[in-house]
Amino acid sequence: MQAKKRYLILFSAGACLILLLYFGGMQTPLSKSNNRRDDRSLDGHHGSPQWHHFSGSLQPFSPWDQMETEEYNVHISPRQKRDVISGVYNGKRCRMDSCFDFSLCKTNGFKVYVYPQQKGEKMSESYQNILSSIEASRFYTSDPGQACLFVLSLDTLDRDILSPQYVHNLRTKVQNLHLWNNGKNHLIFNLYSGTWPDYTEDLGFDFGQAMLAKASIGTENFRPNFDVSIPLFGKDHPSAGGERGYLKYNSIPPYRKYVLVFKGKRYLTGIGSDTRNALYHVHNSEDVVLLTTCKHGKDWQKHKDARCDLDNAEYDKHDYREMLHNSTFCLVPRGRRLGSFRFLEALQAACVPVILSNGWEMPFSEIIHWNTAAVIGDERLLLQIPSTVRSIHQDNILSLRQQTQFLWEAYFSSVERIVLTTLEIIHDRVLQQAARSNLMWNSLPGGLYSLPQYSSYLGDFPFHYAKLGIKPRPKFTAIIHAVTPLVSQSQPILKLLVAVAKSQHCVQVIILWNCDKPLPAKHRWPATAVPVLVIDGESKVMSSRFLPYDTIPTDAVLSLDEDTVLSTTEVDFAFTVWQSFPERIVGYPARSHFWDSNKERWGYTSKWTNDYSMVLTGAAIYHRYYHYLYTSYLPASLRGLVDQLSNCEDILMNFLVSAVTKLPPIKVTQKKQYKETMMVQTSRASRWADPDHFAQRQSCMNKFASWFGSMPLVHSNMRLDPVLFKDQVSILRKKYKDIERL
Amino acid sequence: QQCVNGPGAIMCASGKYSSRGPALIPRMKTKHRIYYITLFSVVLLGLIATGMFQFWPHSIESTADWGLDRRSVHDAPLIRLPVANPIPERGDLSCRMHTCFDVYRCGYNPKNRIKVYIYPLQRFVDEVGVPISSTGLSREYNDLLSAISDSEFYTDDVTRACLFVPSIDVLNQNSLRIRETAQALAMLPRWDKGMNHLLFNMLPGGPPDYNTALDVPRDRALLAGGGFSTWTYRQGYDVSIPVYSPLSADVELPERQPGPRRYFILSSQTAIHREYRAELERLKEENGEALLLLDKCSNLSQGVASARKRCYKGQVFDYPQILQESSFCVVLRGARLGQATLSDVLQAGCVPVILADSYILPFSEVLDWKRASVVIPEEKLPEMYTILKSIPHRQVEEMQRQARWFWDAYFSSMKAIGMTTLQIINDRIYPYAARTYEQWNNPPLVKWSSVNSPLFLPLIPPRSPGFTAVVLTYDRIESLFRVITEISKVPSLAKLLVVWNNQNKSPPEDSLWPKIAAPLKVVRTKENKLSNRFFPYDEIETEAVLAIDDDIIMLTSDELQFGYEVWREFPDRLVGYPGRLHLWDHEMGKWKYESEWTNEVSMVLTGAAFYHKYFNYLYTYKMPGDIKNWVDAHMNCEDIAMNFLVANITGKAPIKVTPRKKFKCPECTAIDGLSLDQTHMVERSECINKFASVFGTMPLKVVEHRADPVLYKDDFPEKLKSFPNIGSL
Repeated sequence: MQAKKRYLILFSAGACLILLLYFGGMQTPLSKSNNRRDDRSLDGHHGSPQWHHFSGSLQPFSPWDQMETEEYNVHISPRQKRDVISGVYNGKRCRMDSCFDFSLCKTNGFKVYVYPQQKGEKMSESYQNILSSIEASRFYTSDPGQACLFVLSLDTLDRDILSPQYVHNLRTKVQNLHLWNNGKNHLIFNLYSGTWPDYTEDLGFDFGQAMLAKASIGTENFRPNFDVSIPLFGKDHPSAGGERGYLKYNSIPPYRKYVLVFKGKRYLTGIGSDTRNALYHVHNSEDVVLLTTCKHGKDWQKHKDARCDLDNAEYDKHDYREMLHNSTFCLVPRGRRLGSFRFLEALQAACVPVILSNGWEMPFSEIIHWNTAAVIGDERLLLQIPSTVRSIHQDNILSLRQQTQFLWEAYFSSVERIVLTTLEIIHDRVLQQAARSNLMWNSLPGGLYSLPQYSSYLGDFPFHYAKLGIKPRPKFTAIIHAVTPLVSQSQPILKLLVAVAKSQHCVQVIILWNCDKPLPAKHRWPATAVPVLVIDGESKVMSSRFLPYDTIPTDAVLSLDEDTVLSTTEVDFAFTVWQSFPERIVGYPARSHFWDSNKERWGYTSKWTNDYSMVLTGAAIYHRYYHYLYTSYLPASLRGLVDQLSNCEDILMNFLVSAVTKLPPIKVTQKKQYKETMMVQTSRASRWADPDHFAQRQSCMNKFASWFGSMPLVHSNMRLDPVLFKDQVSILRKKYKDIERL
Repeated sequence: QQCVNGPGAIMCASGKYSSRGPALIPRMKTKHRIYYITLFSVVLLGLIATGMFQFWPHSIESTADWGLDRRSVHDAPLIRLPVANPIPERGDLSCRMHTCFDVYRCGYNPKNRIKVYIYPLQRFVDEVGVPISSTGLSREYNDLLSAISDSEFYTDDVTRACLFVPSIDVLNQNSLRIRETAQALAMLPRWDKGMNHLLFNMLPGGPPDYNTALDVPRDRALLAGGGFSTWTYRQGYDVSIPVYSPLSADVELPERQPGPRRYFILSSQTAIHREYRAELERLKEENGEALLLLDKCSNLSQGVASARKRCYKGQVFDYPQILQESSFCVVLRGARLGQATLSDVLQAGCVPVILADSYILPFSEVLDWKRASVVIPEEKLPEMYTILKSIPHRQVEEMQRQARWFWDAYFSSMKAIGMTTLQIINDRIYPYAARTYEQWNNPPLVKWSSVNSPLFLPLIPPRSPGFTAVVLTYDRIESLFRVITEISKVPSLAKLLVVWNNQNKSPPEDSLWPKIAAPLKVVRTKENKLSNRFFPYDEIETEAVLAIDDDIIMLTSDELQFGYEVWREFPDRLVGYPGRLHLWDHEMGKWKYESEWTNEVSMVLTGAAFYHKYFNYLYTYKMPGDIKNWVDAHMNCEDIAMNFLVANITGKAPIKVTPRKKFKCPECTAIDGLSLDQTHMVERSECINKFASVFGTMPLKVVEHRADPVLYKDDFPEKLKSFPNIGSL
C-alpha cells in the first residue's frame, strides 16, 4: 500500500517534471525568437515592429519656397529658360515643349501636309491607306506653308531589314527633304522595327525631332506626350469604315464556353520566346486553351524541342475563329515584338484581351483607359493569370466586353480610324487647354466625334447627360429655312412661324433667309411672343442651315423648311420626346433606305413603309452640337455636293447622327400627311417637285455611304405617339388633342 | 476549487496531492519525506515560474512598447554612418514596374491589396555626430507614416511586405545632406538596390538649377514626388504628388456654391518673376477690376502672420480666404514646379490656372485635371484672360466643384496624399481591381446623381434568337393554357417557360399541355414567392424575356411581336403594355400610384413586359435593401420594384407599347369590387413610398410617349402593314 502511494507520488512528480520540461521546451524557441528579434534590432530594426505616432514638438517641413524663388528669379529669365529647354531635351528626350514648333499651328490651325509621292518609290498598301486617310480628312492641306504637321511619303512602316517592304537608303532620302528641318513637326508611322534576333526598336535612320506613331513601342523608348503608340494592324485591315464589333447582344451570364484562349506561334529561341514557351503550364485543354505551334520559319525542325510535336497536333485540332468567338478572355502575349495581331482580333471579337507584354506602351495609352477594356497582366505572373481572370466579377466582364466594342469601333476598326485618332491626339496637344477630357475619349461616342473646339464642357454635348447627372435645357430654338420671297400674308412660313413661336418650350426663332430676294421689311413678320431673328444667309447654300450659329442659345434646335405645316401641339410633343432622346434626331416625316441587290447599291425610298431609317430635317428636333459636327467634321467635298445639288442635306445629317449614335432616328406622330400632300399643293418652286430630286437623293446616299466607309443608317420599326393617342377615351382627357383632330 | 485549463490546471492538480500530503507523509521515512517534499516544491516552483513566463512576456513587451510610444523622436536609436559606406546609384530613368519592381513580393491575394512596411525610426548621424537632416522627422512625414500604419495597407511583418517606406524624412531636400541621406537609405536592411522602396518628397532640387526630382541617389526606389517635370517623371513608376500646404490644417474654408465670383482672376503668389508680374499687371490694366493682383505686404512685420496676409496697393486681404472671391486663381511655377499654392486654391474652390511648363500635375495618372483646372503654357500668359473668358459658365461651375472635391479627397491632409499614392501603386499591381475613372473623379454629388448604365453599348440585337416567355402561374390551368396557345402564335417566341408556383399541386401531365411549336418547360419552385418570376433561370437562353401573367389573354400576336421589336431597339429598358404613373400627392406629402387614363407613364406592369435577362439577375441578387423580401411577404408590387430597379440603374423611362386596351385589371388578379380595388391602390402607393425610401431617391422617369407601329392608324391598306392587329379590343 505504502509502496503504491510512494509510486503514485513519484509518478505524479515525474509527470510534473515532464510537463515542466515540456513548457520549458516551449519557452526555449520563444526566447530564441526574442533573441532573433533583438539581433534584428541591431542591424537596423527596433525592438517593436509597430510604427509609432510621434507626438510633440516636430518641426514642419515648410513648403513655401518664396525666398528660394526670389533668388532663383534674379538669375533666370523665363524666356531664357524656355529657350534652354529646347536645346537640352531632344532626341530620346524630346517632348512637345522642346521638339515641337507650336507656332506653325497658330495661323492655320491643325493642318497636315503629306509630301508628294516620288516616282519609283515603292510603297506598301498599308502606308498608302494611311496617306489617303490623311488626305481625305479635314486636316489635310496641300500647302506646306500652312501645315502644322508633316507626314512623309516614304514608307517607314516596315523597318525590318529582312523584309521585302524595307525601304533602303532612308537616311539620305530623309535628309534630302527640303522641309525636313531635322524632323521638327514631322510624324513618322511605323509598324515593325528591328530584326531577328533581337528585334530592337531601331528604325535604321535618324528621325531627329520627329514624332513616332509606332506599333509595339516599349515604355523605355516611348517619349510620353510626344510619341503615339498605335496598334499593330495587318495588310488587309480595311482602309475606311471597317467592320463593326462582333458583339450583337449582351448575354447573361456573360461567361462563354472558354475562359481563356490563345492560338499562335511559339518561338523556340530568341527574344520574346519565354512567355509563349511557358504557356503550356496553364493550358488545361478544357476552358483554358492556349495553343502554340513551332511550325513556322524555314528551319523550325532544327530548334524543335520535346513538346513541339504534341503542341503542333493540338494546335491543328482547334479552329481559331471558333475559339475567338467563344471565349470570355483572349490572351495577347508578346510576340517577337511587344504588340501582336492578336490584340485587335480579340478586341473586335469582344473577347476581353489579357495582355502579357511587359513594357508595352498600350495603343493610344495617352487617351484610353485600358483597364476598362482589357486585363493588363504581368509576364512574370503567368501562372496566376487563370485565377486572376476567374476572379473577375461577371458585372465587370459585361462592362469590359462592351468597352472593347466601343473602343474597337471608335478608334481601331479601320486604318482611317487609327490615323485619325493619332492625328487627334496630337491635335489635342496643340489645343492644350481646350483639349478633350478623358471622359470624352473613353465614353460613347468617343473622341473622334467629340470636337473640343465646340465646347470643352461635357454638358454641352448630347452624350453625357446621364453620366453627369444633368438634363438638357428644356427649351429649343427654331430655325426656319426660307427660300421663297415673302409675297402674301397667307404663306405657310408665316403660319409656321406663329405656330412654332407659340410653343411653351420655344425661346427664339431664327429665320435663315436663303432667298435671292432682299430681306422683307421687319413689319412683314407677324408679332410673336419670342424674339425672331432674321439672318441673311451670305452664301445662300443649303448647308448654311446647319451652321453652328452663335445665336442658338439652347441645346435643342427645331429645324424647319418654310413649307412645313406643323401645329404648336405637334411641336410640343416632339420636344418632350426629344428630351428623352437628346442624342438622336426626333422628327416627323420619315424615309427609308434599302440595299438594292440588283443594282448593287443603296436605294432610297419615300414610300410608306413599315420601317424607316431617316427623318427629314425639314421638321426635326436635334441637338445643337450636330450643327457643329456637320460643319466641322464632314469634309468639304460632301458639303459641297449638298450645296451644289441644293438637296440631300437631310440625308447627310441623318448619316452623320446615325454614325455617331449607331441608332436610328425617332419618328413621332404628326397630324397631317406631310410633304406627300404638300408636294402637289405648294408653289412650283419647291424642290420636292423637281423630277431629278429623287434620283439625286439616291446617288447622294451612295456617295455618302462610300465616304463613311459603310452604311451608318439603322432601321426602326416604331413611331412614338402620345400615350393616349387615338385611345377610346374622352378627348378632353388628352394632353395632345390637336394631333388627333383633322 | 475551480480548475482552469493550461498550466493552471496542473497547478491545482498538484495542489490536491499536496493537501493530501500530511496524511501520507508521516508513514514515510524521514529522509524520503524530505526528499519528496524538496522534489515537489522544486517541481511546483518550476511550474509556477513556467506559468508566469507563459503569461508575462507579452505584457512585458507591450509595456515596453507603450513606454517607447511616449518617448520622443530623440529616443530613437542613433546610427552612425561610416564615411566609407556605400552610396546608392542615382535613380535610373528607365525604371518601370516590370523592370525595377519585384512583383513577387506582392503576390496574389483575394483582397487585391498591397502590404506596406514602415521601417522603425532611427536617427542617422555621420562619423562626427552631425545628423543627416536638419529637421529630422517632420510633423508632416510623421502624419503620413502614422496614416499608413493605421491603414489597411500596413503590415508589421517585414517578410510579407510588398512595399517598404523608410522612416527617413526626405520631404524637403533643403534640410537634407544628400550624400549621407543616400548612405542611410543604403543601410536599410531590406534596401536591396531600392527595390520596392517608396520615398516621399515634396520639395526637390536645390539652387541654382532646382532639379525637378529628389537629388538623393536612390537606386531603384519609387519616388512619390511633388514637382516632377516630364523629363524626370518615370511614367507608370513614379507618382506625382501635391506639395502639401499647412494651411489645409490651419484654416477652415467652408465650401462655397459654384457660381460667379467677385473677381475673375486672382494672383496671390508673392514670389513671381518680375517679367511675369509685369505681364500680369499689363493684363490688369487691360481688364481692370476683373483681376486682382496680390503681393506680400511690405508694411507688415515678417512672421507667421505674413503668410496669412496679402496686399494690393495698401489694401490688406486675408489669405487664403480671399481666394474664395475669385473664379480663377493663378498658380505660377516658382523655383520649383510644384507649388503649395495649388492646394490653397483648390481648397478655396477656385479654379487653378496652372502656368508651369512640363509640370506633371499631382496624381495625373488617375485624376482628370481638364475637369478641374486650366493649364496654360507660360508663354501664353498674356493671352490668359481671353482663354479663360472662352470657357462656358457651366463648365467653370463644374470646375469649381471639381477643384474643391480634389482637395477634399486628395490634397487636404498628409493622410489623403499618402493613401492616394498607395492606392495608385496598388492599382498598378492589381490593375484588374483598379478604381475606375468615375470613382477617382466624380465628386459625391455627381456620383449620386449620375448614371452609368451596365448595358451602355448601343446595340440592336438581331431578331433571330427570339425571346423566352416566362409565365408565372399558380393554379389557373385553363387560363394558363389559353395564354400559352396565344403566345405560341408569336413568330419570335423561342421558348416558353412556365414557373409553377403552387406548392400543393403538381403541374398537369405532359400530355394535357397545349401542343406548341416552341419548346415548353415547366419549372417547379420551392416556395410560392412572387420573386420567382424574376429568377434568372438557366432555361432562359435568350436575352429577351417576356414576363406574362397567366391571365393575359387579350394581347394579340401582332402586339406581342411588335413589343419584341421595340425591345430590340431598347434592350436596356422595360418594354410593356399597360402603363402606370407615380404622382406626388401634395396634400399627403407622399407618392401616389395612378392607374387612370393618364397622359404620362413612368412604369409598365410586368404582367406583360419584355426586358433583358440581366434585370432578372439584378432583381434576384442586387435588389437594394429588403425590397425583395418585402415583396414576397406582401405578395404584391414585384412589378413596381422591377420598374424602380431598371430606372435606377439605367436612368431611363420604360416604354409603353400599343394603345390601351381593356386589361382585366391585371394588377389585381382575382380581386373584384371597388372597395378591394381601392385597398389595392393604397397598397401600391405604399410600395412606391417604401421603395423610394429604400432607394433614397425617386428613380422613376416620367414620359409622355408610347411606341406604336410606324403605320399605326395611318390611312394605308391594313394588309400591307407589318402589325395590323394592334389595339383591337
